[in-house]
Amino acid sequence: MEALGFNMSAGFLEGVVRGYKGALLTQANYHNLTQYFRLQLSSTDYGNFLANEPLPLSTATIADKATEKLVAEFSYIRTNAVEPLATFMDYITYAYMIDNVILLTLGTLHERDTHELLERCHPLGVFDTMPALCVATNVEELYHSVLVETPLAPYFRDCLSAQDLDDLNIEIIRNSLYKSYLEDFHSFCQTLPAPTSEIMTRILAFEADRRTLNITINSFGTELSKDQRARLFPTIGRLYPEGNNALARADDVDSVIAAVDHIAEYKSFFDKAGVSSGAGANGAEEASSSLEDEFFKHDVELNKQSFLQQFQYAVFYSFVKLKEQEVRNLTWIAECIAQDAKDRVNDYISVF
Amino acid sequence: MGYLFPTLLVSSTSLATVVGLYLLFTGQGESFNVGKFLAESSPYAWALVGVGLCVGLSVMGAAWGIFVTGASILGGGVRAPRIRTKNLISIIFCEVVAIYGVIMAIIFSSKINGDVDNLYTTGNYYTGFALFWGGLAVGVCNLLCGVSVGITGSTAALADAADPQLFVKILIIEIFGSILGLFGLIVGLLVSSKAEEFA
Repeated sequence: MEALGFNMSAGFLEGVVRGYKGALLTQANYHNLTQYFRLQLSSTDYGNFLANEPLPLSTATIADKATEKLVAEFSYIRTNAVEPLATFMDYITYAYMIDNVILLTLGTLHERDTHELLERCHPLGVFDTMPALCVATNVEELYHSVLVETPLAPYFRDCLSAQDLDDLNIEIIRNSLYKSYLEDFHSFCQTLPAPTSEIMTRILAFEADRRTLNITINSFGTELSKDQRARLFPTIGRLYPEGNNALARADDVDSVIAAVDHIAEYKSFFDKAGVSSGAGANGAEEASSSLEDEFFKHDVELNKQSFLQQFQYAVFYSFVKLKEQEVRNLTWIAECIAQDAKDRVNDYISVF
Repeated sequence: MGYLFPTLLVSSTSLATVVGLYLLFTGQGESFNVGKFLAESSPYAWALVGVGLCVGLSVMGAAWGIFVTGASILGGGVRAPRIRTKNLISIIFCEVVAIYGVIMAIIFSSKINGDVDNLYTTGNYYTGFALFWGGLAVGVCNLLCGVSVGITGSTAALADAADPQLFVKILIIEIFGSILGLFGLIVGLLVSSKAEEFA
């Protein structure tokens, strides 16, 4: 039934976003890029977007310019969107806002230069009162002076108990903000009609599970108590509730693997990444980075699948995520070429 | 959109119940009489409502299909301008549905004249009901046909924008959809061919 009325408000934008998606780089493009970076990029949708940049090109410039393109496309769609797509797209930006808030508070804590920090913020998550974040010294102040005006304010409620801003507390704030954000986004998606809610549930469930697993694995050997850890787990996803409970009690990687045992996909990530407690400290670090890669691959796969259904909003979310992955890939390839690490250049995650 | 249908259903049922009970309890229960209604309402009214529904529903289906397809062609055409001419064929398929409706309405209305001595004859009843139900059949067929062609056409446009090879394949599905309206047209023709002019 969704097909009857969807095109009234969002048909044009869906067509546009699918056009943007068609311009994402393919496997063949990436392959050529690894050989001749700049020459090949000009034959793709990026065109000569680096033409006016002074030589020599730095990796940061390439990443900035590519992100700029993503932002331009996003804001074109956002300005043309009507409700409920407009709210849906705003929700996409909240994730970047959270990252920016955390980046700024962390930077302030380590007494970095404010302007430099503001430049490094993701442009999708920019909000008006952002520069004021740099003066906050405790959580209370952070909330009352800056965040109360932003859409993130409701997410902050759970973090107000933490007092000082130190590395651990900021990390806790980041994760509980993200938890509230995912839950809120999820409940918003449930109010949308069928194909959107189904696909977004699938994507957000994976996002939540990924965060739960990451929090658990990264918390081993830190001073984060199990009780605190359990509070950071999003209450959505395929691991919720019994998987989350098992993870909350987990002491080592083996018990994590046991907790995800009943979900075949997640189990295969651990198998492929070769994570086990037997590996030494060095091996574990390498394994967790390849686990992260497996997560990214699955994320890309899920986002690709959302393009298989028409008349739904998930394509807008997926496009942003896929484009972001493409920017990461470009940066990776550029970095590898710049550092002459030709053997690792193929470790990008191809989208199409 | 989601609450509209249940709301309408509930309010119309309760209204009908209230009116029915009112008639029943005030001793006028017999005035709710389907047979009398069918016998006393003018065959002209039936025939003209049929013609109106025929063309109205057909145009609605065509319009619905065109806007669903059109929005997608516009969107897809932003990044792939080559789809715009090819996909006009989807719009034409939708337009054809409205033409079916117009043709049938013309055929139906040729049976209606205003010069009749005794309206309430068996032949006139038959003509009135045949035009009403024939018109409704054509209208509903064309409405659903237009919607189905429109949605397939929108998919065809986006698929063509992504991969030109897919266009012909989806067009075949679209053609099957557009034939559905023809079924209504045939049945409408058969029903109305038996109906004599009002006499």
